[in-house]
Amino acid sequence: MPHISLESHLPGITGLLEYSKETAQPIRELTQFLLRGPSSLTETERELIATVVSHGNECVFCTTAHTAAADLLAGETQTAQKVKENISTAPVSEKMKALLTIAALTRQSGKSVTAEHIEEAKVAGATDVEIHDTVLIASLFCLYNRYVDGLGTALPENPAYYLTLADRLVNHGYTRLPNGYDHLKK
Amino acid sequence: MAHINLNNDLPGIRGLMEYRPETATPLNALAEMLLRDDDNTLSRGERELIGTYVSYLNDCFFCQNVHGALAGHYLNCDINQIDNIKNDFNAADLSSKMKSLLAIAASVQKGGKMVSEEQIATARLENATDKEIHDTVLIAAAFCMFNRYVDGLGTTAPLDRQFYINRAPQRAEDGYLILR
Repeated sequence: MPHISLESHLPGITGLLEYSKETAQPIRELTQFLLRGPSSLTETERELIATVVSHGNECVFCTTAHTAAADLLAGETQTAQKVKENISTAPVSEKMKALLTIAALTRQSGKSVTAEHIEEAKVAGATDVEIHDTVLIASLFCLYNRYVDGLGTALPENPAYYLTLADRLVNHGYTRLPNGYDHLKK
Repeated sequence: MAHINLNNDLPGIRGLMEYRPETATPLNALAEMLLRDDDNTLSRGERELIGTYVSYLNDCFFCQNVHGALAGHYLNCDINQIDNIKNDFNAADLSSKMKSLLAIAASVQKGGKMVSEEQIATARLENATDKEIHDTVLIAAAFCMFNRYVDGLGTTAPLDRQFYINRAPQRAEDGYLILR
């Protein structure tokens, strides 16, 4: 059971974002820009960063949700699975390997990212903005993962929930649904 | 020197915000709402103290000094007293409720799953409300983001701690939406 009183039909992050809409607004805006805004990284690549960090933080809700979003965007399920298992052998570009490594280090601590890791990413073709956004996406998911687990939010009863959620994240994005989430009540 | 070319000399998160205004706007809006909104039963000083403590645990020099100076400004205590709280908040002159919330914040810093039912129960015994517990967890989680952003990109920070103390009154007046 969650540590605070949340709407029972909204598992994971959604119940928290509805509980505190005032803080949810900038968090949603930040996520929408970082994961869906104009970028030289694809939406799939950005979802993979979110997936790797959430997986490292062992946040089941976020890992499952962003894996599902990455799978839907990519049209296959192998890549997200492989980056969670081992970044260096995953079927992604050298640049993405370097950026995912920076994300995984950021998850541990900002101080774990060294000039050498940055140099590797630059040699592989990463731009300053891509490095910036990778670090900030990784940092943002350190917020999300702690928010979701720190307040003991519930997991969905039915795993199909994640498919509906992934569809929303891909086809609508991270902004609040205009009419809220009452339609999710049974 | 920062890991990327920021095209400015501003310290810590300020340089990053100048570099990427699209993400600075929501980041500042979140800080403003979490740390300064008046519709909150935790004082601004108490909320800054949570941010300071988490930044200290994450060993982020810039953030713990900016927010430590702000906490000191609001709570009318000097930097030595703030340092004492960081070193051992249980021995400090703080309310039992505040101590129970700082304990929750410390667990969040380690990982969301580290927050125990017992810690929540203790906070409730001290009359912490749902919103106070929520805000404590979210402030702690937000500083786990801010600290990683600042250090992950290797930003620079003034080493003289007086720099931060001198700036705190102006920041307290301006808030996080006015940057100068």
